[in-house]
Formats: sequence, C-alpha cells, structure tokens
Amino acid sequence: MKQSVTVSKTQELKLAATAKVLLSKFTIKTPKFELKTLVRKIIVPLVSILLFIGLWHMGAQSLYNIEADYKIQKALTDQGREASDAMKACIASGDISCQPNTLPSPAQVWESFKTLIADHKVIRADKLAFKEKTAALNANRIAEGKDPITYTGRPSFVDQIVTSLKTVFAGFILAFLIAVPIGIVIGLSKTLRNAFNWLIQVFKPVSPVVWLLLVFMIVKTMTKDSNSDSAFIISFISVGLCAMWATLVNTAMGVSSVDKDYINVAKVLKLGPFQKVFKVILPSSLPLIFTGLRITLSVAWMVLIAIELLAQSPGLGSFVWEEFQNGANDSNSKIIVAMFIIGIIGFLLDRIMLMIQNMISFNKNATA
Amino acid sequence: MLTQDIKLSETPENGISFPTDRIMLDVKDLKKVYPTPKGDYVVLENLNLQILKEEFVTIIGHSGCGKTTMLSMIAGLNPITGGDIAVLGNPIKGPGPDRGVIFQSPSLMPWMSALQNVMLGVNRVFPHASRSQRKAIAKYYLHKVGLDGAFHKKANELSQGMQQRVGIARAFAIKPKVLLLDEPFGMLDSLTRGELQDILIEIWNKEKITAVMITHDVDEAIFLADRVVMMTSGPRAKIGDVLKIGFERPRARKTVLEHEDYYKYRKHLIDFLEH
Repeated sequence: MKQSVTVSKTQELKLAATAKVLLSKFTIKTPKFELKTLVRKIIVPLVSILLFIGLWHMGAQSLYNIEADYKIQKALTDQGREASDAMKACIASGDISCQPNTLPSPAQVWESFKTLIADHKVIRADKLAFKEKTAALNANRIAEGKDPITYTGRPSFVDQIVTSLKTVFAGFILAFLIAVPIGIVIGLSKTLRNAFNWLIQVFKPVSPVVWLLLVFMIVKTMTKDSNSDSAFIISFISVGLCAMWATLVNTAMGVSSVDKDYINVAKVLKLGPFQKVFKVILPSSLPLIFTGLRITLSVAWMVLIAIELLAQSPGLGSFVWEEFQNGANDSNSKIIVAMFIIGIIGFLLDRIMLMIQNMISFNKNATA
Repeated sequence: MLTQDIKLSETPENGISFPTDRIMLDVKDLKKVYPTPKGDYVVLENLNLQILKEEFVTIIGHSGCGKTTMLSMIAGLNPITGGDIAVLGNPIKGPGPDRGVIFQSPSLMPWMSALQNVMLGVNRVFPHASRSQRKAIAKYYLHKVGLDGAFHKKANELSQGMQQRVGIARAFAIKPKVLLLDEPFGMLDSLTRGELQDILIEIWNKEKITAVMITHDVDEAIFLADRVVMMTSGPRAKIGDVLKIGFERPRARKTVLEHEDYYKYRKHLIDFLEH
C-alpha cells in the first residue's frame, strides 16, 4: 500500500515536471509563432500594397513626364519658343488648364476620392433640403391624386454605387430563380439534360452585350405603355441572363452526381420523390449549387458595369462612361476610384457568399 | 453442443429442401450477366440459396466472386438477369424497406444528425405513429448501439466506427424482414470491428431478424452465423458449400474461441477458400 502511494507520488512529480517543460516550451514558442503569423498575415500584404502604390506612382510620373515633354515640344514647333516657355511654366505651376492628361497618380486618385465623398455630402444635403421644401406640396399633390415631385438632380457617386448594387442583386435573384429550379429538373432527368445541353452550351458563351440587345428588343416593346424604369429592368434582366449559366450548370451537375450510396439509401427506404429531392439530393448538391451561385454573383458584378454603360442605366458603369466622355481634368482619377470601388465591392460580395455557404452547407471546408 | 457432423447436408444443393413455412428468403437459379464489349460476362449462375426465418447466414468467398452483386440483387438495387428472389414467397420488386441494408461505407447523410439519419427511415416505415413515438424508436436503437451522447451530432462529425453504429441502428429501426449486410465492418480497424460485432449480435439476439451478411473475415463469419455459405470463385459463381455452425446462442466470444469445434470450422472454411 505504502509502496503504491510513493509510486503514485513520484508519478505526480514526473507529471508536474513534464507539465513545466511543456509550459516553458509554450511560453517560448508562442511569441515566435505570433510574430510569424503577424509578418505573414499583415506585414507582407502591407508591403506588397506599398510596393504596388510605389510602382504605380513611378509609372504615373514617367507617363506624366512624357506627356508634358510632348506638350512643350508641340508648343515649340507650332508656336515658337515663347509659347513653349509659357507652357513649361504653366505645367510647373500646376494650373488646371494645361495639365498633361494621362494615368493619374495615387495621390490624385485619393484626392478625387475625397472630392467624390464631399460631393456626395453636398448632394445629400441638397436632397434633404429639397425633401423638406416639397413635403407639404407633395402631401397636397398625393391628396389630389397627382404624382409627387421627385428630386431630379444629379446622383452622387455613392448613389450610383447603391443603384449598381440594387441592379446586381435584382439580377442575381433573377438568375437564382431561373437557374436553380431548371438546374434541379435538368439534373434529375438524363433525357432533359440531353435535351437542354445544346441550348446551354450555345447560350453560355454569348457576350453580355448581345444579351443586353436581346433583352432591349423584348423589354422595349413590353414596357411601351407603362412608365416603369425600363433602363433598370433591361439592365437587371441582362445581368441575370448573363450570370445565371454558372449556377445552372453547377446545379445540374450537383444534382446529377449525388453520391450513389445516398441514392441507394433513399431507394432502400423507398423515399417518395419529394422527400428524395429535399432530404437527399438537394442537401448533398448544396456545395456545388453554392459554388455556382458565387460564380454567378461575381459574373453579375463584372458584366453589370458593361451593361450599365450601354443601357444608359444609372450606376457605376454609367459613372465611368460619363467621366470618360467628360474629359475633365480629374476624370481619369475618378475612373480609377470607380475601378477600386468596383473591385472592393466585388471582393466583399464574394466573401459574403462564402460566409453564407459555410453557414448552411455541411461541407465546412469550402474556401476561395 | 454440436460435435458430430460438421458439414450440414441440409441444403437444396444436396437434394434436401426446407419446409416452405420456415423459409424467409428464397433465391432460385439466380443469374446475373453483365454485357461487356467483349461479350457477356456471367457473374452468377444457378445460384440457389434458402435462408430460414430468424437465421443469421454469413457469406464468404474470394474478392470479386459476386457476393456483393448477389446481395445488391436481393436488396433490389441491381436488376436480376434470370431466376427468382422471393421474401416469404413473394417475389421482390425493386428495393424496399422490408429488406434493410447496412452498406460497407456507413452511407449516412452527412448533413443530418445521427438521430435524423435514423428518423429518415423510421418516418418512412411508421407513418402513422406520432412524432414522439417515432423519435422514441430511433432513440431506442441509437441507445442500443451505444450512441447515447451523440444523438444530435452531425454524421460527418462522427468517427467511422460511430457512423457504422448509426448505420446499424438505422437498419434495425425500420424493422425489416431481412437484414442485408455488405461487409459492414470491412473498413474498420480490428478493435472497432470486434466491438461492432458484439453490438450487432446483441441487437440481433433480441430482434432475431433474418440476416445475410457478406464478409471476408473467417472468424467473423463463424462467430456471427448459424450457417456459413461459401461461394465459388467467379465467373459463374454459385454456392460451393454450406457449413452449419452449432454454437448455442447467445454466444460469448471467449467461449466460442475456446470451443474445440471452432478450429474445425475454421479449418473447413480456410480449406475451401484455399483449394
């Protein structure tokens, strides 16, 4: 008895010693480990961003110089030395009238970003004031059965982002409503799959522009007598039609390639068709459906810009186009701002989809 | 206990037929042909097997001899080329819950909990029972396979052995007439396999559902079975020999292993497999 007690005591001591060793190892290791992750997750991306901005700055600088030299040279050959000196002085002074028009530098883009935000604030205040001013009048007009007066001023940059997001969501939901049910039906039946395959293969690669024209032909006629916002309708339908193919193909593939074991279980249990689809087939194809939906959303966002641009529908696309046509001094940097905003929103949309996918799908390790 | 004549001649092969009222599963002249580009491949031919009510039969044979093909034909998952399969005298028409299957891979729906997986079958087979009654049935069988704490764990969070326990619970919970087991423990390590054999036989002792189990493991075949059916190697595989196991039930692994007949049975099976 006594012996066993001593044995257990020595064991305890040993355990304590091991624990200490382990602990000391951990205390040494932890900061090292943290530093490594810090470097990898924060420092490295930061450095790469700075490097990118630096390269961009240098590139913009040299393009600026080329353009400036050309301008001075042109003044010299066209109008003589005096004009060229004036041009030189004008460029150096930073006067807006003679700035070379080329790739804007990061600083210029940042300035434009601030301008756009300030502009948005002004327009928002303007809108609020307008609303207040017309509140009483509009109440009267509604009481009389007339349409209320709405703000018809220029939309701000942020307004255009919101419009674009609205369009893309409407398009995405349209794509979802069309592609998922059709994908399921096609996936379930081999005959239908064969019947529709050519159609999918032919229409999938069609350019967004062509879809836009097709939708335009149809919607133009159908909205002839109504005063609905046909530009919005045209652009969201085109976005939906362009973007739905990935979901359609992925859903059909997911449904048709359900693990045979699951199908066998469903057969042995003689599940009815409804139960088979909703309890077995759909849950098991959910990861693939979601992959399709993610692609659809990113495609929708990508084609949206081109479609808005062509459909004259308000939004980021028309913002970019208007700035390009405008040719004002800060137009180029505004276009670059729009480019970044478009990229960042696209990235965020994808992250949101990934989050939803991880939340509802059994396959927990879905990644980018 | 049986010591006299190890080989049982009580099979149709040897000209003796069981009385009809004792037969649960009747496989007559079963044939399976797979068409291939090089002509037909005959997997099974002239396969006759009668399995009695409340009998546990294990089927042993070389890999690729057509054991799984036969079992999936009995399950109704694989069409029959020729011959008949009847349960209680009624020819089978496709798969159905009267023949429960425990697959080699657990085949649980990974997005469902253990309980939901069992409920999937129970809901189907007992549509008129109340929800709480059905839940009680599912929980009872999960309890029987030792998964008390894991009712609400998702299937893909369970270990392979635990998943197969759910598979066993799911198969028993639908109260089939015949239970078909396709190498259910083939993917498990030997410790887990032993555990699951004990669990399986314990439930089976209580429920006495006619069982047909495919296995590669000679010891498993002897320990679980009333009769061990040996299949010849394909093509044109059929029943080669049948060995009756005379140990009394309920069996304890230890007493079976210590019994002198055990090694005679074992030798008989190994001789057949190695001939």
